[in-house]
Amino acid sequence: MIELNIHKTLNATQGKMVLDVKLHIQKGQLVTLYGSSGAGKTSILRMLSGLLQPDKGKIEVKEEPWLDTTKKINLSPQQRNIGFVFQEYTLFPNMTVRQNLEFALSKTQDKSIVEELILITELKELQHRKPETLSGGQKQRVALARAMVQQPEILLLDEPLSALDLAMRIKLQDYILKVHQKYQLTTILVSHNISEIIKMSDQVYCIDQGKIERHGTPLEIFTNNKVDSELKLFGEVIDIQKEKDTHKVSVLIGTNLVHITAQESEVKTLQQGDTVIITSSAFKPVIQKVQP
Amino acid sequence: MIDWDPLILTFKLALVTTIILLVISVPLAYWLAYSKSRIKPVIETLVSMPLVLPPTVLGFYLLMAFSPGNAFGSWLNEWLGIRLIFSFSGLVLGSILYSLPFMVHPIQSGLSSLSPSLLEASYVLGKSKRTTLFKILLPNIKPSLLTGIVLAFAHTIGEFGVVLMIGGNIPEKTKVASIAIYDEVEALNYGAANTYSLILFAITFIILLAVYLTNGGYLKRFWK
Repeated sequence: MIELNIHKTLNATQGKMVLDVKLHIQKGQLVTLYGSSGAGKTSILRMLSGLLQPDKGKIEVKEEPWLDTTKKINLSPQQRNIGFVFQEYTLFPNMTVRQNLEFALSKTQDKSIVEELILITELKELQHRKPETLSGGQKQRVALARAMVQQPEILLLDEPLSALDLAMRIKLQDYILKVHQKYQLTTILVSHNISEIIKMSDQVYCIDQGKIERHGTPLEIFTNNKVDSELKLFGEVIDIQKEKDTHKVSVLIGTNLVHITAQESEVKTLQQGDTVIITSSAFKPVIQKVQP
Repeated sequence: MIDWDPLILTFKLALVTTIILLVISVPLAYWLAYSKSRIKPVIETLVSMPLVLPPTVLGFYLLMAFSPGNAFGSWLNEWLGIRLIFSFSGLVLGSILYSLPFMVHPIQSGLSSLSPSLLEASYVLGKSKRTTLFKILLPNIKPSLLTGIVLAFAHTIGEFGVVLMIGGNIPEKTKVASIAIYDEVEALNYGAANTYSLILFAITFIILLAVYLTNGGYLKRFWK
């Protein structure tokens, strides 16, 4: 689906950095670019969308060349059919939610897609509001819907959830997955958040200093491959409290706070904010239906 | 009573100048806000020159350039039938140059204050630069546009030196209110000078007050 091989010297905050990246992304996948800030993740999305020019390289989408510096091919952002959700919401302040979506329509397009997206992203109540009256999560939902209006096959998400609180984040992750599956998109997500990556993506590329360090499935990347048990939960350490001989670690899994008793040796490397994996191999977990 | 012609001429001049300036300044300010060209500092300087230059300097050079006594002026006169010296069109041209920074600067700084990702969001939605300018950028800098329009208008009402140099003092053609005031004082008609002055004072005060009220959001609060 996407073949990308680009080379660019960037003026990053820590001086010059050479971005040299090769990506091969299959149709229908949700791929995450993971890495510290300034590693070049956003620049990759910007070059794929035509907002930034690589020094040299090639981008091919569905075997159609979008960029080829040797043949002087370079499609403008307008000619590349992609959806882009920016980190800052970038809704047009002079338009209502609905007008934002309608602005995105191409000249020949049928308006029905706007209704459909308003339905899917549950914006009916908000459609006549101006962006300034919306919360961060609502704004990003509108931005997601707007990016989908032209029915692109590729969706680029540049840390769309980083400014949101946890509950909002989880809700929006579900919207993104819903849209990704419904429209059979090929999606590239930039994210720092490991539990988010594990929940959402098929493949992860770890990027450091402009180079791809590793790539694989999220589990291959974020666990040491030693874990082999039935129950795996990912969460974030909220608090560690010392009790008599043991420690009580509070872990946020999704929206649930779970307390786990741990030994000194286990706690040693942990601190607040760490992403952890909780497994159990000694006992069999019991599963029961929750009565509504 | 006083002769109303100079006042009417003044407002006609200010109106024509402002409309033409708006058409010129939007593309110019757009270019200044987004271009990375090397000659940009030179253009920026030229646009700002009327802020510091004595109006008589500008007027003098325009007079020299358009005088039928030299090549360019006589070419204009013979081929296009335009006489820019001591005529209303000459006044308009002089005023456009003189008030240019008052229109360009607010629009330029309005555009620069918009987040660049707003443009990029529009581009990736497949919208051209032109559509983006008219549908996204300009509607979001309405206060800057209003400031530019009003400052250019008010500044044109207040000009004296350029008008005197290039237009002279021809009743009903180039004698604007600011020159009429000077004339009346010269003739020791302090009463008439005072009437003109008071009218100009009141009108410019009201215009500027209206801008500050609108841009400060006072009117909105008042109406609610």
